[in-house]
Amino acid sequence: MNGLLKPPRVGRRAFKVWLRNRDTWLKFYRASLVGNLAEPVLFLLAFGLGLSRFISDIDGLPYINYIAPGLMMAAAMNAATFECTFGAYTRMSAQKTYDAIIVTPLSVDEVAAGDILWGASKGFLSATVILLVLIPWGLAASPWLLLAPALFVLAGLMFASMSMIVTAFAPSYDYFAYYFSLVVSPMFFFSGVFFPLSHLPAWVRTVSWFMPLTHAVNLSRGFATGEGSPGLILDAAWMAVFTLAAGWLSINLIKKRLIK
Amino acid sequence: MNNPVIRASGIRKSYPGVEAVRGIDFEVRRGECFGILGPNGAGKTTTMNMVQGYTPLSGGELLVFGMSIEDRPRRIKARMGVVPQEDNLDPDLTVAENLRVYARYFDIRKKAAAEITGRLLEFVALTEKKDQRIPDLSGGMKRRLLIARALVNDPDLVILDEPTTGLDPQARHLIWQKLRGLKKTGSTLALTTHNMDEAAQLCDRLVIMDHGLILDEGSPRQLLERHVRGSVFEFDAGEEQAGRLFGCLERIEHESETSGDTVFVYTDDAEAVLKQTSCFPEVGFLHRQATLEDVFLKLTGRELRE
Ligand SMILES: Nc1ncnc2c1ncn2[C@@H]1O[C@H](COP(=O)(O)OP(=O)(O)OP(=O)(O)O)[C@@H](O)[C@H]1O
Ligand SMILES: [Mg+2]
Repeated sequence: MNGLLKPPRVGRRAFKVWLRNRDTWLKFYRASLVGNLAEPVLFLLAFGLGLSRFISDIDGLPYINYIAPGLMMAAAMNAATFECTFGAYTRMSAQKTYDAIIVTPLSVDEVAAGDILWGASKGFLSATVILLVLIPWGLAASPWLLLAPALFVLAGLMFASMSMIVTAFAPSYDYFAYYFSLVVSPMFFFSGVFFPLSHLPAWVRTVSWFMPLTHAVNLSRGFATGEGSPGLILDAAWMAVFTLAAGWLSINLIKKRLIK
Repeated sequence: MNNPVIRASGIRKSYPGVEAVRGIDFEVRRGECFGILGPNGAGKTTTMNMVQGYTPLSGGELLVFGMSIEDRPRRIKARMGVVPQEDNLDPDLTVAENLRVYARYFDIRKKAAAEITGRLLEFVALTEKKDQRIPDLSGGMKRRLLIARALVNDPDLVILDEPTTGLDPQARHLIWQKLRGLKKTGSTLALTTHNMDEAAQLCDRLVIMDHGLILDEGSPRQLLERHVRGSVFEFDAGEEQAGRLFGCLERIEHESETSGDTVFVYTDDAEAVLKQTSCFPEVGFLHRQATLEDVFLKLTGRELRE
């Protein structure tokens, strides 16, 4: 048990794992980018354009403007989560890439950290691509968006670390179905992407508060609309603390799984 | 300078319910090829994994290049090359990329990595395959590429876990030739195998391992001299015939062993045995020189391993 509390030892070498992943990704990045972009844009079109005629403004925002910042965060979540579940699990188990790397000067800590960094980068990239669509579309306009990259990095790291915990426990690919249907999907629907949480029963709001995506969506919407509130600082702090804990734990769990 | 490259003292590894390595001592000296011979499950891979810093020790002390593997894994790993038992080439990358990306883990710069990649692909005769994907390679090519990958950092010690298992004779001989080439350049090799030919061909010194323990140690020749006599006869003799056979061989100095319907007779006086064959004309037999395999079977027994 105390192995899980030890601080991971991660140096600059973790970046080499990131580079390895980048090299493989560059081989098919076009398909990957299209995939990143297609889903959120579909949601925007379907819900935003399709539903907005039947839905009145929320918090003074047209419906499509309301959901755009949340979808951006959901995209970051999906990209980072896919990378650090299916992607990382494949590298760890089927391909034994981790095994190959840890007999070089890299440590397991660095391999796991490198994969988290990579998952975070995928999340960052997805959110950025969508922001680049939202701005000309007029769905996000505020000087606060200058802070968006920092938010994307943090959100990427958060979802990547969280997924890595699941990967450390996964006995097979099927296991991820639980994570996606019991954690990722509920987060997608109950983190304030599609509707405000304020009118939901108190217990749902409590559950939502414990969902990482909720805080990312709060910040994202605040930045996109420029309507900040002191509560956003708490959201950022929540994310930072959670990310640190999840990152720490996930690295130790991966180590525990691999080193026997 | 005369420090051994590896010095293992009483190293142990236990897993829940299994003692994979039960306290073994050995040394690997600079420039030699050292072999660990053992049947399935003997603890060979576990031992090698400990040397690589991959598996933590349950007990004992393990020094590599004079440093403790537990204290200085990074320094040690930087000077070591590893060919694992199971292929773990990167299937997302091409043949050449596998080497270049691996070189990066050792802080080798791009230009040097490209040069090393070209040279190593030449060495293992894969230059023409450099842009192929890994799944398109044959088993022998993958093994050669694994060997090349283990050499990107110009290691002082190369660890090979069953480098030729599952390969056809052509592929095996090519790999042996490469390993001999490596030895000539002064590399220290530590390999595991259950192929006796391989051990006899490549290793200067061996240990025979079973059930997590080392049973004996020496050069292939020493082991032969210590454990078996020069000639082996394998007689196709059932129970009845065996009795008769032993009667005929009574006066000849020998050792024998029965396994199923085969009687193995080890002797230094083959001529005497051959002269006696008219005494048991109905028994078919094979006469050959004793090999390391006989030593191996004698020490580890003939029963099947899981
Ligand atoms: N991670 C592990 N967990 C539990 N038991 C293990 C583990 N790794 C190895 N063992 C056990 O340790 C023993 C030695 O295994 P090892 O892989 O070292 O044998 P080996 O000599 O390399 O065999 P082979 O020739 O089949 O490769 C076996 O009984 C094996 O089941
Ligand atoms: Mg083995």
